Amino acid sequence: MSLDVLVCVKRVPAPGAKVPLTEDGRDIDTRHLGFTIGPHEECAVEEAVRLKERHGGSATVLAVGPPEVAEQVRYAIAMGADRGVVVDTGQDELDPQATAAAIVHALGELDARFDLIMFGNESADAGHYQVGVRVATELGWPIVGGIKGIEVTDGGVRLRREIADGSEVYQLSLPAAVAVKEGLNLPRYPSLPGRLKAKKAKLDTISWQPPPGGLRKIRLRQPEEKRADSVLLGHGPEAAPAVVDVLEELGVC
Amino acid sequence: MLLLVVQVDDHPAWLDAVQLARGLTDDVHAVLFDASRADELAKQGIKAAHVVEHDVLSDYAPEAYGEALAQLVGELQPSGVLAVGSEKGNEVMAHLAARMRAPFAANCTQISGTGRPWLITRIRGGGMLLEDAEMDAGCGVFTVQPGAGTGAETPSTVDQVDVRRFTPDLRDELARTRVIERTEREAGVSLATADVVVSGGRGVGSAEGYRVLEELAELLGGAVGCSRVATNNGWRPHSDQVGLTGTKVAPKLYIACGISGATQHWVGCMDAKAILAINTDPDAPMVTRSTYSVIGDLHEVLPAVIAEIRARNASAGTSG
Ligand SMILES: Cc1cc2nc3c(=O)[nH]c(=O)nc-3n(C[C@H](O)[C@H](O)[C@H](O)COP(=O)(O)OP(=O)(O)OC[C@H]3O[C@@H](n4cnc5c(N)ncnc54)[C@H](O)[C@@H]3O)c2cc1C
Ligand SMILES: Nc1ncnc2c1ncn2[C@@H]1O[C@H](COP(=O)(O)O)[C@@H](O)[C@H]1O
Repeated sequence: MSLDVLVCVKRVPAPGAKVPLTEDGRDIDTRHLGFTIGPHEECAVEEAVRLKERHGGSATVLAVGPPEVAEQVRYAIAMGADRGVVVDTGQDELDPQATAAAIVHALGELDARFDLIMFGNESADAGHYQVGVRVATELGWPIVGGIKGIEVTDGGVRLRREIADGSEVYQLSLPAAVAVKEGLNLPRYPSLPGRLKAKKAKLDTISWQPPPGGLRKIRLRQPEEKRADSVLLGHGPEAAPAVVDVLEELGVC
Repeated sequence: MLLLVVQVDDHPAWLDAVQLARGLTDDVHAVLFDASRADELAKQGIKAAHVVEHDVLSDYAPEAYGEALAQLVGELQPSGVLAVGSEKGNEVMAHLAARMRAPFAANCTQISGTGRPWLITRIRGGGMLLEDAEMDAGCGVFTVQPGAGTGAETPSTVDQVDVRRFTPDLRDELARTRVIERTEREAGVSLATADVVVSGGRGVGSAEGYRVLEELAELLGGAVGCSRVATNNGWRPHSDQVGLTGTKVAPKLYIACGISGATQHWVGCMDAKAILAINTDPDAPMVTRSTYSVIGDLHEVLPAVIAEIRARNASAGTSG
Protein backbone atom coordinates (compact mmCIF):
# COMPACT_ATOMS: atom_id res chain seq x y z
CA MET A 1 0.00 0.00 0.00
CA SER A 2 1.60 3.26 -1.09
CA LEU A 3 1.29 6.34 1.11
CA ASP A 4 1.30 10.04 0.32
CA VAL A 5 2.66 11.74 3.40
CA LEU A 6 2.79 15.42 4.35
CA VAL A 7 5.16 16.64 7.07
CA CYS A 8 4.70 20.07 8.70
CA VAL A 9 7.95 21.64 9.89
CA LYS A 10 8.68 24.92 11.63
CA ARG A 11 11.75 27.12 11.18
CA VAL A 12 13.22 27.72 14.65
CA PRO A 13 16.35 29.50 15.91
CA ALA A 14 19.14 27.26 17.23
CA PRO A 15 20.75 29.13 20.12
CA GLY A 16 23.76 27.90 22.10
CA ALA A 17 24.25 28.32 25.83
CA LYS A 18 22.19 31.51 26.16
CA VAL A 19 19.15 32.68 24.26
CA PRO A 20 19.79 36.29 23.21
CA LEU A 21 16.73 38.59 23.17
CA THR A 22 16.07 41.75 21.15
CA GLU A 23 16.20 45.04 23.05
CA ASP A 24 12.43 45.39 23.27
CA GLY A 25 12.17 41.81 24.55
CA ARG A 26 9.60 40.87 21.93
CA ASP A 27 11.69 38.23 20.22
CA ILE A 28 14.84 36.16 20.13
CA ASP A 29 17.70 38.15 18.61
CA THR A 30 18.53 35.89 15.70
CA ARG A 31 21.14 38.06 13.99
CA HIS A 32 23.92 35.69 15.01
CA LEU A 33 21.97 32.47 15.18
CA GLY A 34 21.39 29.69 12.69
CA PHE A 35 17.98 28.18 12.08
CA THR A 36 16.87 24.60 12.06
CA ILE A 37 13.83 22.36 12.32
CA GLY A 38 13.13 20.75 15.67
CA PRO A 39 14.32 17.19 16.37
CA HIS A 40 10.75 15.84 16.56
CA GLU A 41 10.06 17.19 13.08
CA GLU A 42 13.39 15.93 11.72
CA CYS A 43 12.28 12.46 12.78
CA ALA A 44 8.92 13.06 11.08
CA VAL A 45 10.71 13.89 7.82
CA GLU A 46 12.93 10.82 8.16
CA GLU A 47 9.90 8.61 8.78
CA ALA A 48 8.03 10.03 5.78
CA VAL A 49 11.04 9.30 3.56
CA ARG A 50 11.33 5.76 4.96
CA LEU A 51 7.60 5.09 4.44
CA LYS A 52 8.00 6.16 0.81
CA GLU A 53 11.09 4.01 0.35
CA ARG A 54 9.40 1.00 1.90
CA HIS A 55 5.83 1.29 0.65
CA GLY A 56 5.95 3.69 -2.32
CA GLY A 57 4.07 6.97 -2.52
CA SER A 58 5.49 10.40 -1.79
CA ALA A 59 6.81 12.68 0.93
CA THR A 60 5.89 16.38 0.90
CA VAL A 61 7.16 18.99 3.37
CA LEU A 62 5.34 22.17 4.32
CA ALA A 63 6.39 25.16 6.43
CA VAL A 64 4.44 28.28 7.40
CA GLY A 65 6.21 31.59 8.00
CA PRO A 66 8.31 34.21 6.24
CA PRO A 67 9.84 33.30 2.83
CA GLU A 68 13.04 32.20 4.66
CA VAL A 69 11.29 28.99 5.77
CA ALA A 70 12.29 27.73 2.31
CA GLU A 71 15.72 26.96 3.85
CA GLN A 72 14.17 24.35 6.18
CA VAL A 73 11.93 22.95 3.45
CA ARG A 74 14.99 22.48 1.24
CA TYR A 75 16.80 20.73 4.08
CA ALA A 76 13.95 18.22 4.26
CA ILE A 77 14.13 17.72 0.48
CA ALA A 78 17.87 17.09 0.89
CA MET A 79 16.93 14.36 3.37
CA GLY A 80 14.80 12.72 0.68
CA ALA A 81 11.40 14.45 0.54
CA ASP A 82 9.97 14.82 -2.98
CA ARG A 83 8.18 18.10 -2.81
CA GLY A 84 8.25 21.32 -0.74
CA VAL A 85 5.53 23.84 0.06
CA VAL A 86 6.13 27.30 1.54
CA VAL A 87 3.09 28.98 3.06
CA ASP A 88 4.29 32.56 3.03
CA THR A 89 2.51 34.61 5.68
CA GLY A 90 5.17 37.30 5.64
CA GLN A 91 5.37 37.06 9.42
CA ASP A 92 7.93 35.52 11.72
CA GLU A 93 5.74 33.81 14.23
CA LEU A 94 2.02 33.35 14.19
CA ASP A 95 -0.06 32.22 17.12
CA PRO A 96 -1.01 28.52 16.98
CA GLN A 97 -4.60 29.07 15.80
CA ALA A 98 -3.37 31.16 12.88
CA THR A 99 -0.64 28.63 12.06
CA ALA A 100 -3.20 25.83 11.96
CA ALA A 101 -5.51 27.96 9.79
CA ALA A 102 -2.63 28.58 7.36
CA ILE A 103 -1.92 24.84 7.07
CA VAL A 104 -5.59 24.01 6.52
CA HIS A 105 -5.80 26.75 3.88
CA ALA A 106 -2.74 25.40 2.09
CA LEU A 107 -4.22 21.89 2.05
CA GLY A 108 -7.18 23.29 0.16
CA GLU A 109 -4.96 25.07 -2.36
CA LEU A 110 -2.67 22.13 -3.14
CA ASP A 111 -3.62 19.72 -5.90
CA ALA A 112 -2.22 16.83 -3.85
CA ARG A 113 -4.17 14.60 -1.45
CA PHE A 114 -2.51 13.00 1.53
CA ASP A 115 -3.04 9.76 3.45
CA LEU A 116 -1.02 10.79 6.47
CA ILE A 117 -0.03 14.19 7.91
CA MET A 118 2.84 14.24 10.35
CA PHE A 119 3.61 16.90 12.95
CA GLY A 120 6.16 17.27 15.70
CA ASN A 121 4.75 16.63 19.17
CA GLU A 122 5.51 20.27 19.97
CA SER A 123 7.43 23.01 18.21
CA ALA A 124 10.98 23.39 19.54
CA ASP A 125 10.80 27.12 20.24
CA ALA A 126 7.18 27.90 21.22
CA GLY A 127 5.94 24.50 22.38
CA HIS A 128 2.23 25.23 21.99
CA TYR A 129 1.34 21.51 21.77
CA GLN A 130 -1.68 22.13 19.54
CA VAL A 131 -1.12 22.97 15.86
CA GLY A 132 -1.45 19.32 14.79
CA VAL A 133 -4.59 18.73 16.84
CA ARG A 134 -6.20 21.88 15.43
CA VAL A 135 -5.44 20.90 11.83
CA ALA A 136 -6.71 17.33 12.33
CA THR A 137 -9.88 18.53 14.08
CA GLU A 138 -10.60 20.95 11.24
CA LEU A 139 -10.16 18.12 8.71
CA GLY A 140 -12.16 15.66 10.83
CA TRP A 141 -9.17 13.30 10.89
CA PRO A 142 -7.98 11.25 13.87
CA ILE A 143 -4.71 12.31 15.51
CA VAL A 144 -2.60 10.89 18.33
CA GLY A 145 0.49 12.55 19.86
CA GLY A 146 3.66 11.39 21.59
CA ILE A 147 4.29 8.71 18.96
CA LYS A 148 7.62 6.88 18.79
CA GLY A 149 6.72 3.98 16.51
CA ILE A 150 4.77 3.80 13.24
CA GLU A 151 3.93 0.62 11.40
CA VAL A 152 1.79 0.46 8.27
CA THR A 153 -0.98 -2.12 8.51
CA ASP A 154 -3.91 -3.02 6.29
CA GLY A 155 -5.54 0.31 5.50
CA GLY A 156 -4.09 2.07 8.49
CA VAL A 157 -1.23 2.75 10.85
CA ARG A 158 -0.34 1.14 14.14
CA LEU A 159 1.18 3.70 16.50
CA ARG A 160 3.29 3.20 19.62
CA ARG A 161 3.56 5.72 22.41
CA GLU A 162 5.81 5.55 25.45
CA ILE A 163 4.38 6.52 28.81
CA ALA A 164 5.95 6.65 32.27
CA ASP A 165 5.41 2.98 33.10
CA GLY A 166 5.26 1.28 29.71
CA SER A 167 3.79 1.83 26.30
CA GLU A 168 0.45 2.19 24.54
CA VAL A 169 -0.68 1.17 21.07
CA TYR A 170 -3.23 2.92 18.87
CA GLN A 171 -4.63 1.77 15.51
CA LEU A 172 -5.82 4.50 13.13
CA SER A 173 -7.35 4.11 9.69
CA LEU A 174 -6.23 6.44 6.96
CA PRO A 175 -6.41 9.28 6.32
CA ALA A 176 -4.93 10.16 9.69
CA ALA A 177 -2.59 12.57 11.41
CA VAL A 178 0.13 11.84 13.94
CA ALA A 179 2.37 13.96 16.18
CA VAL A 180 5.75 12.31 16.72
CA LYS A 181 8.67 12.57 19.10
CA GLU A 182 12.41 12.31 18.68
CA GLY A 183 13.49 8.69 19.12
CA LEU A 184 11.03 7.53 16.43
CA ASN A 185 14.11 6.87 14.28
CA LEU A 186 17.64 8.11 13.76
CA PRO A 187 17.43 10.77 11.03
CA ARG A 188 19.97 10.58 8.21
CA TYR A 189 22.28 13.39 7.24
CA PRO A 190 21.48 14.76 3.78
CA SER A 191 23.64 13.23 1.07
CA LEU A 192 25.55 15.35 -1.43
CA PRO A 193 23.20 14.43 -4.32
CA GLY A 194 20.31 15.17 -1.95
CA ARG A 195 21.69 18.63 -1.27
CA LEU A 196 22.11 19.33 -4.99
CA LYS A 197 18.57 18.20 -5.70
CA ALA A 198 17.25 20.37 -2.87
CA LYS A 199 19.09 23.43 -4.14
CA LYS A 200 17.45 23.12 -7.54
CA ALA A 201 14.00 22.00 -6.37
CA LYS A 202 11.10 24.21 -7.29
CA LEU A 203 8.98 24.87 -4.22
CA ASP A 204 5.26 25.55 -4.28
CA THR A 205 4.54 28.88 -2.66
CA ILE A 206 1.16 29.84 -1.27
CA SER A 207 0.88 33.40 0.02
CA TRP A 208 -1.83 33.89 2.58
CA GLN A 209 -2.50 35.96 5.69
CA PRO A 210 -4.50 33.97 8.22
CA PRO A 211 -6.75 35.81 10.66
CA PRO A 212 -4.99 36.21 14.03
CA GLY A 213 -5.85 33.78 16.83
CA GLY A 214 -6.46 34.70 20.45
CA LEU A 215 -3.01 34.23 21.99
CA ARG A 216 -0.84 37.33 21.70
CA LYS A 217 2.84 37.26 22.68
CA ILE A 218 3.77 40.44 24.55
CA ARG A 219 7.37 39.79 25.47
CA LEU A 220 9.98 37.16 26.23
CA ARG A 221 12.08 37.01 29.37
CA GLN A 222 15.06 35.03 30.61
CA PRO A 223 14.16 32.71 33.48
CA GLU A 224 15.86 33.46 36.76
CA GLU A 225 18.89 31.37 37.64
CA LYS A 226 19.36 30.49 41.24
CA ARG A 227 22.62 28.55 41.07
CA ALA A 228 25.65 30.00 42.88
CA ASP A 229 29.25 29.94 41.62
CA SER A 230 30.64 26.55 40.83
CA VAL A 231 32.98 24.96 43.39
CA LEU A 232 36.11 23.75 41.60
CA LEU A 233 36.99 20.35 43.07
CA GLY A 234 40.29 20.07 41.24
CA HIS A 235 42.05 19.18 38.02
CA GLY A 236 42.30 15.72 36.49
CA PRO A 237 42.34 12.42 38.42
CA GLU A 238 43.76 14.11 41.54
CA ALA A 239 40.28 15.54 42.10
CA ALA A 240 38.87 12.05 42.81
CA PRO A 241 38.97 12.18 46.66
CA ALA A 242 37.26 15.59 46.66
CA VAL A 243 34.61 14.24 44.27
CA VAL A 244 33.89 11.24 46.48
CA ASP A 245 33.70 13.53 49.54
CA VAL A 246 30.95 15.43 47.72
CA LEU A 247 29.17 12.20 46.75
CA GLU A 248 29.17 11.17 50.41
CA GLU A 249 27.99 14.60 51.52
CA LEU A 250 25.09 14.43 49.07
CA GLY A 251 24.25 10.97 50.37
CA VAL A 252 24.50 9.27 46.97
CA CYS A 253 27.51 7.09 47.74
CA MET B 1 -16.17 29.28 38.11
CA LEU B 2 -13.00 27.53 36.98
CA LEU B 3 -12.96 23.94 35.85
CA LEU B 4 -9.92 21.89 36.79
CA VAL B 5 -9.25 18.66 34.92
CA VAL B 6 -7.63 16.70 37.72
CA GLN B 7 -7.08 13.50 35.98
CA VAL B 8 -5.86 12.93 32.49
CA ASP B 9 -2.83 10.85 33.28
CA ASP B 10 -2.62 11.04 37.08
CA HIS B 11 0.28 13.46 37.00
CA PRO B 12 1.31 14.47 40.53
CA ALA B 13 1.57 18.12 39.44
CA TRP B 14 -2.21 18.49 39.56
CA LEU B 15 -1.62 20.24 42.90
CA ASP B 16 0.26 22.98 41.05
CA ALA B 17 -2.81 23.43 38.87
CA VAL B 18 -5.01 23.58 41.98
CA GLN B 19 -2.83 26.36 43.37
CA LEU B 20 -2.98 28.44 40.20
CA ALA B 21 -6.74 27.95 39.98
CA ARG B 22 -7.30 28.83 43.65
CA GLY B 23 -5.15 31.91 43.12
CA LEU B 24 -7.80 33.14 40.69
CA THR B 25 -10.98 32.13 42.53
CA ASP B 26 -12.37 30.03 45.37
CA ASP B 27 -14.99 28.73 43.00
CA VAL B 28 -13.19 25.72 41.52
CA HIS B 29 -14.88 22.58 40.24
CA ALA B 30 -12.96 19.42 39.37
CA VAL B 31 -13.40 17.08 36.43
CA LEU B 32 -12.68 13.40 37.04
CA PHE B 33 -12.75 10.45 34.70
CA ASP B 34 -12.86 8.10 37.70
CA ALA B 35 -14.90 8.81 40.82
CA SER B 36 -12.42 7.20 43.21
CA ARG B 37 -10.36 10.38 43.37
CA ALA B 38 -13.15 12.57 44.75
CA ASP B 39 -12.04 12.27 48.39
CA GLU B 40 -8.74 14.05 47.83
CA LEU B 41 -10.51 17.14 46.55
CA ALA B 42 -12.07 18.48 49.74
CA LYS B 43 -8.62 19.07 51.22
CA GLN B 44 -7.89 21.33 48.27
CA GLY B 45 -11.03 23.42 48.74
CA ILE B 46 -12.71 22.09 45.63
CA LYS B 47 -16.48 22.38 45.95
CA ALA B 48 -17.77 20.11 43.25
CA ALA B 49 -16.52 17.25 41.13
CA HIS B 50 -17.98 16.27 37.78
CA VAL B 51 -17.37 12.61 37.08
CA VAL B 52 -17.43 12.03 33.34
CA GLU B 53 -18.77 8.61 32.41
CA HIS B 54 -19.12 6.93 29.05
CA ASP B 55 -18.21 3.59 27.45
CA VAL B 56 -15.97 5.28 24.91
CA LEU B 57 -13.86 6.61 27.81
CA SER B 58 -12.99 3.12 29.05
CA ASP B 59 -9.33 3.78 28.22
CA TYR B 60 -7.35 6.87 27.25
CA ALA B 61 -8.83 8.35 24.08
CA PRO B 62 -7.67 11.92 23.36
CA GLU B 63 -10.45 12.89 20.96
CA ALA B 64 -13.21 11.48 23.16
CA TYR B 65 -11.72 13.13 26.27
CA GLY B 66 -11.61 16.47 24.43
CA GLU B 67 -15.17 16.12 23.15
CA ALA B 68 -16.50 15.09 26.58
CA LEU B 69 -14.86 18.15 28.13
CA ALA B 70 -16.24 20.40 25.40
CA GLN B 71 -19.76 19.19 26.22
CA LEU B 72 -19.20 19.70 29.94
CA VAL B 73 -17.91 23.21 29.28
CA GLY B 74 -21.00 23.90 27.17
CA GLU B 75 -23.21 22.88 30.06
CA LEU B 76 -21.37 24.54 32.95
CA GLN B 77 -20.09 27.66 31.15
CA PRO B 78 -16.94 28.08 33.28
CA SER B 79 -14.71 31.12 32.80
CA GLY B 80 -11.72 28.88 32.24
CA VAL B 81 -10.48 25.28 32.11
CA LEU B 82 -7.12 24.14 33.51
CA ALA B 83 -5.17 20.89 33.44
CA VAL B 84 -1.61 19.80 34.16
CA GLY B 85 0.89 20.54 31.39
CA SER B 86 1.88 16.88 31.06
CA GLU B 87 2.10 15.29 27.64
CA LYS B 88 -1.47 14.02 27.80
CA GLY B 89 -2.77 17.06 29.67
CA ASN B 90 -1.57 19.21 26.78
CA GLU B 91 -2.97 16.78 24.24
CA VAL B 92 -6.47 16.68 25.72
CA MET B 93 -6.64 20.44 26.25
CA ALA B 94 -5.59 20.98 22.62
CA HIS B 95 -8.52 18.78 21.57
CA LEU B 96 -10.85 20.73 23.85
CA ALA B 97 -9.67 24.09 22.53
CA ALA B 98 -9.83 22.95 18.90
CA ARG B 99 -13.43 21.85 19.38
CA MET B 100 -14.31 25.12 21.15
CA ARG B 101 -12.36 27.05 18.47
CA ALA B 102 -10.83 28.86 21.46
CA PRO B 103 -7.20 29.77 22.17
CA PHE B 104 -5.13 27.50 24.40
CA ALA B 105 -2.03 28.48 26.38
CA ALA B 106 0.18 25.51 27.27
CA ASN B 107 2.56 25.25 30.24
CA CYS B 108 1.58 28.41 32.10
CA THR B 109 3.44 29.48 35.23
CA GLN B 110 1.10 32.38 36.00
CA ILE B 111 -2.48 33.23 35.12
CA SER B 112 -4.32 36.43 35.97
CA GLY B 113 -7.05 38.61 34.51
CA THR B 114 -10.63 37.84 33.75
CA GLY B 115 -10.77 36.65 30.19
CA ARG B 116 -10.89 39.86 28.22
CA PRO B 117 -8.00 39.46 28.27
CA TRP B 118 -6.32 36.81 30.39
CA LEU B 119 -2.71 37.68 31.24
CA ILE B 120 -0.48 34.68 31.32
CA THR B 121 3.15 33.72 31.63
CA ARG B 122 4.13 30.47 29.97
CA ILE B 123 7.38 28.65 29.38
CA ARG B 124 8.86 28.24 25.91
CA GLY B 125 11.48 25.83 24.74
CA GLY B 126 11.02 23.58 27.76
CA GLY B 127 12.04 26.44 30.08
CA MET B 128 14.64 28.24 27.95
CA LEU B 129 12.48 31.37 28.01
CA LEU B 130 9.40 32.79 29.65
CA GLU B 131 6.69 34.36 27.53
CA ASP B 132 4.23 36.97 28.78
CA ALA B 133 1.11 36.86 26.66
CA GLU B 134 -2.45 38.08 26.43
CA MET B 135 -5.18 35.65 25.70
CA ASP B 136 -8.46 36.94 24.43
CA ALA B 137 -11.06 34.33 25.28
CA GLY B 138 -14.40 34.09 26.99
CA CYS B 139 -13.48 30.70 28.35
CA GLY B 140 -9.72 30.33 28.67
CA VAL B 141 -8.05 26.96 28.12
CA PHE B 142 -4.77 26.50 29.99
CA THR B 143 -2.31 23.92 31.18
CA VAL B 144 -0.08 24.53 34.16
CA GLN B 145 3.65 23.87 34.07
CA PRO B 146 4.59 21.23 36.67
CA GLY B 147 6.33 23.00 39.55
CA ALA B 148 4.61 26.34 38.88
CA GLY B 149 2.54 26.15 42.05
CA THR B 150 3.45 28.23 45.06
CA GLY B 151 3.89 25.12 47.16
CA ALA B 152 1.73 26.77 49.83
CA GLU B 153 -1.09 24.85 51.48
CA THR B 154 -4.35 25.64 49.76
CA PRO B 155 -6.79 26.74 52.46
CA SER B 156 -9.77 24.46 52.33
CA THR B 157 -13.20 26.02 52.30
CA VAL B 158 -15.27 22.88 51.98
CA ASP B 159 -16.07 19.87 54.17
CA GLN B 160 -17.65 17.75 51.52
CA VAL B 161 -17.24 17.62 47.78
CA ASP B 162 -20.47 17.66 45.82
CA VAL B 163 -19.96 14.76 43.39
CA ARG B 164 -22.06 14.91 40.20
CA ARG B 165 -22.18 12.55 37.26
CA PHE B 166 -21.94 13.76 33.70
CA THR B 167 -22.64 11.49 30.75
CA PRO B 168 -21.55 13.09 27.50
CA ASP B 169 -23.08 12.19 24.18
CA LEU B 170 -20.17 10.56 22.34
CA ARG B 171 -20.37 9.04 18.91
CA ASP B 172 -18.78 5.59 18.63
CA GLU B 173 -16.48 7.03 15.99
CA LEU B 174 -14.54 8.85 18.73
CA ALA B 175 -13.22 5.50 19.89
CA ARG B 176 -10.98 5.52 16.82
CA THR B 177 -8.10 7.06 18.81
CA ARG B 178 -8.53 4.97 21.95
CA VAL B 179 -5.63 2.90 23.32
CA ILE B 180 -5.99 -0.69 22.07
CA GLU B 181 -3.04 -2.31 23.82
CA ARG B 182 -0.77 -1.62 26.78
CA THR B 183 2.52 -3.10 27.88
CA GLU B 184 4.22 -2.45 31.18
CA ARG B 185 7.88 -1.70 31.50
CA GLU B 186 10.05 -3.97 33.62
CA ALA B 187 11.04 -2.34 36.86
CA GLY B 188 14.55 -0.96 37.20
CA VAL B 189 16.31 2.37 37.66
CA SER B 190 14.70 4.76 35.21
CA LEU B 191 16.37 7.88 33.91
CA ALA B 192 13.43 10.08 34.88
CA THR B 193 13.38 9.04 38.53
CA ALA B 194 16.99 8.06 39.34
CA ASP B 195 18.70 9.80 42.29
CA VAL B 196 21.93 10.06 40.36
CA VAL B 197 22.34 10.50 36.62
CA VAL B 198 25.77 10.00 35.06
CA SER B 199 25.47 11.70 31.71
CA GLY B 200 27.88 11.88 28.81
CA GLY B 201 28.19 14.02 25.68
CA ARG B 202 30.47 14.43 22.71
CA GLY B 203 33.47 14.39 25.05
CA VAL B 204 32.91 10.67 25.73
CA GLY B 205 34.09 10.07 22.17
CA SER B 206 32.52 6.70 21.32
CA ALA B 207 29.88 4.13 22.30
CA GLU B 208 32.55 2.08 24.15
CA GLY B 209 33.55 5.23 26.03
CA TYR B 210 30.28 4.98 28.00
CA ARG B 211 31.45 1.86 29.83
CA VAL B 212 33.10 3.92 32.50
CA LEU B 213 29.93 6.00 32.92
CA GLU B 214 27.87 2.82 33.25
CA GLU B 215 30.26 1.53 35.87
CA LEU B 216 29.97 4.69 37.95
CA ALA B 217 26.18 4.76 37.56
CA GLU B 218 25.99 1.17 38.75
CA LEU B 219 28.17 1.91 41.79
CA LEU B 220 25.92 4.82 42.74
CA GLY B 221 22.64 3.04 41.91
CA GLY B 222 21.95 5.64 39.24
CA ALA B 223 21.12 5.80 35.55
CA VAL B 224 23.15 6.77 32.49
CA GLY B 225 22.08 9.81 30.47
CA CYS B 226 23.47 11.49 27.38
CA SER B 227 23.35 14.56 25.13
CA ARG B 228 21.81 14.72 21.68
CA VAL B 229 25.24 14.46 20.08
CA ALA B 230 25.61 10.99 21.63
CA THR B 231 22.16 9.98 20.37
CA ASN B 232 22.76 11.33 16.88
CA ASN B 233 26.08 9.51 16.68
CA GLY B 234 24.32 6.28 17.59
CA TRP B 235 26.41 5.92 20.78
CA ARG B 236 23.32 5.76 23.03
CA PRO B 237 19.61 5.07 22.50
CA HIS B 238 17.35 8.09 22.45
CA SER B 239 15.72 6.89 25.68
CA ASP B 240 18.92 8.02 27.43
CA GLN B 241 18.80 11.57 26.05
CA VAL B 242 18.37 14.40 28.53
CA GLY B 243 16.98 17.74 27.38
CA LEU B 244 14.30 19.61 25.51
CA THR B 245 13.46 16.73 23.19
CA GLY B 246 14.63 14.02 25.54
CA THR B 247 13.84 13.35 29.18
CA LYS B 248 13.63 16.03 31.85
CA VAL B 249 15.42 14.86 35.01
CA ALA B 250 15.61 16.23 38.55
CA PRO B 251 18.01 13.92 40.42
CA LYS B 252 19.91 14.66 43.63
CA LEU B 253 23.06 14.76 41.53
CA TYR B 254 23.59 15.17 37.80
CA ILE B 255 27.11 14.32 36.66
CA ALA B 256 27.69 15.94 33.25
CA CYS B 257 30.74 14.41 31.55
CA GLY B 258 31.97 16.05 28.36
CA ILE B 259 28.73 18.00 27.87
CA SER B 260 29.04 21.67 26.91
CA GLY B 261 25.69 22.82 28.34
CA ALA B 262 23.68 24.05 25.35
CA THR B 263 20.32 25.50 26.47
CA GLN B 264 18.44 22.60 24.90
CA HIS B 265 20.39 20.22 27.13
CA TRP B 266 20.38 22.54 30.16
CA VAL B 267 16.57 22.69 30.37
CA GLY B 268 16.58 18.92 30.84
CA CYS B 269 18.92 18.92 33.85
CA MET B 270 18.54 22.37 35.44
CA ASP B 271 16.18 21.04 38.13
CA ALA B 272 18.86 18.73 39.55
CA LYS B 273 19.62 19.54 43.22
CA ALA B 274 23.34 19.53 42.37
CA ILE B 275 25.33 19.35 39.16
CA LEU B 276 28.90 18.07 38.89
CA ALA B 277 30.51 19.01 35.57
CA ILE B 278 33.57 17.14 34.34
CA ASN B 279 35.01 18.92 31.33
CA THR B 280 38.36 19.79 29.75
CA ASP B 281 37.13 23.34 29.13
CA PRO B 282 36.82 25.52 32.27
CA ASP B 283 34.71 28.01 30.30
CA ALA B 284 32.11 25.51 29.10
CA PRO B 285 28.64 26.78 30.12
CA MET B 286 27.95 23.48 31.89
CA VAL B 287 31.01 24.13 34.09
CA THR B 288 30.20 27.76 34.89
CA ARG B 289 26.58 26.90 35.74
CA SER B 290 27.39 23.77 37.73
CA THR B 291 27.48 23.32 41.51
CA TYR B 292 30.79 21.44 41.44
CA SER B 293 33.32 21.03 38.69
CA VAL B 294 36.42 19.06 37.82
CA ILE B 295 38.56 20.28 34.94
CA GLY B 296 40.10 17.41 33.08
CA ASP B 297 39.68 14.51 30.69
CA LEU B 298 36.66 12.46 31.78
CA HIS B 299 38.46 9.27 30.77
CA GLU B 300 41.09 10.01 33.43
CA VAL B 301 38.80 11.52 36.06
CA LEU B 302 36.03 8.88 36.10
CA PRO B 303 38.31 5.83 36.55
CA ALA B 304 40.01 7.64 39.43
CA VAL B 305 36.63 8.40 41.04
CA ILE B 306 35.55 4.77 40.64
CA ALA B 307 38.81 3.56 42.17
CA GLU B 308 38.40 5.96 45.10
CA ILE B 309 34.83 4.77 45.78
CA ARG B 310 35.97 1.12 45.63
CA ALA B 311 38.90 1.83 47.95
CA ARG B 312 36.67 3.55 50.51
CA ASN B 313 34.07 0.76 50.29
CA ALA B 314 36.79 -1.85 50.79
CA SER B 315 38.30 -0.13 53.80
CA ALA B 316 34.83 0.42 55.28
CA GLY B 317 34.29 -3.32 54.67
CA THR B 318 37.49 -4.38 56.47
CA SER B 319 37.24 -1.88 59.33
CA GLY B 320 33.49 -2.35 59.85
C1 LIG C 1 15.59 22.32 18.74
C2 LIG C 1 16.74 21.65 19.39
C3 LIG C 1 16.51 20.69 20.38
C4 LIG C 1 17.57 20.05 21.00
N1 LIG C 1 17.33 19.12 21.99
C5 LIG C 1 18.37 18.61 22.68
C6 LIG C 1 18.18 17.70 23.79
O1 LIG C 1 17.06 17.33 24.12
N2 LIG C 1 19.28 17.25 24.45
C7 LIG C 1 20.55 17.64 24.12
O2 LIG C 1 21.50 17.18 24.77
N3 LIG C 1 20.76 18.45 23.08
C8 LIG C 1 19.71 18.94 22.35
N4 LIG C 1 19.96 19.76 21.28
C9 LIG C 1 21.36 19.92 20.83
C10 LIG C 1 22.14 20.98 21.60
O3 LIG C 1 21.91 22.24 20.99
C11 LIG C 1 23.66 20.70 21.54
O4 LIG C 1 24.07 20.56 20.20
C12 LIG C 1 24.07 19.42 22.30
O5 LIG C 1 23.46 19.40 23.57
C13 LIG C 1 25.57 19.38 22.44
O6 LIG C 1 25.97 18.14 22.98
P1 LIG C 1 27.37 17.99 23.75
O7 LIG C 1 27.38 18.93 24.89
O8 LIG C 1 27.55 16.55 23.99
O9 LIG C 1 28.42 18.40 22.63
P2 LIG C 1 29.34 19.67 22.51
O10 LIG C 1 28.54 20.90 22.57
O11 LIG C 1 30.20 19.46 21.33
O12 LIG C 1 30.23 19.65 23.82
C14 LIG C 1 31.21 18.69 24.11
C15 LIG C 1 31.89 19.07 25.41
O13 LIG C 1 32.76 18.05 25.79
C16 LIG C 1 33.98 18.62 26.30
N5 LIG C 1 35.00 17.59 26.14
C17 LIG C 1 35.56 17.13 25.00
N6 LIG C 1 36.42 16.13 25.26
C18 LIG C 1 36.39 15.92 26.59
C19 LIG C 1 37.05 14.99 27.46
N7 LIG C 1 37.90 14.06 26.99
N8 LIG C 1 36.78 15.06 28.78
C20 LIG C 1 35.92 15.99 29.28
N9 LIG C 1 35.29 16.90 28.50
C21 LIG C 1 35.51 16.85 27.16
C22 LIG C 1 34.16 19.87 25.48
O14 LIG C 1 34.98 20.81 26.17
C23 LIG C 1 32.71 20.35 25.33
O15 LIG C 1 32.35 21.21 26.41
C24 LIG C 1 18.90 20.38 20.63
C25 LIG C 1 19.11 21.33 19.64
C26 LIG C 1 18.06 21.97 19.02
C27 LIG C 1 18.32 23.00 17.97
N1 LIG D 1 5.02 27.59 11.34
C1 LIG D 1 4.81 26.27 11.18
N2 LIG D 1 4.89 25.71 9.94
C2 LIG D 1 4.67 24.38 9.76
N3 LIG D 1 4.36 23.54 10.76
C3 LIG D 1 4.25 24.06 12.01
C4 LIG D 1 4.46 25.43 12.28
N4 LIG D 1 4.29 25.62 13.61
C5 LIG D 1 3.99 24.42 14.14
N5 LIG D 1 3.97 23.46 13.18
C6 LIG D 1 3.73 22.01 13.34
O1 LIG D 1 2.95 21.78 14.49
C7 LIG D 1 3.69 21.05 15.47
C8 LIG D 1 3.27 21.50 16.85
O2 LIG D 1 3.56 22.86 17.05
P1 LIG D 1 3.12 23.67 18.35
O3 LIG D 1 1.64 23.59 18.45
O4 LIG D 1 3.62 25.06 18.15
O5 LIG D 1 3.80 23.01 19.51
C9 LIG D 1 5.14 21.30 15.10
O6 LIG D 1 6.00 20.29 15.59
C10 LIG D 1 5.06 21.30 13.59
O7 LIG D 1 4.99 20.00 13.06
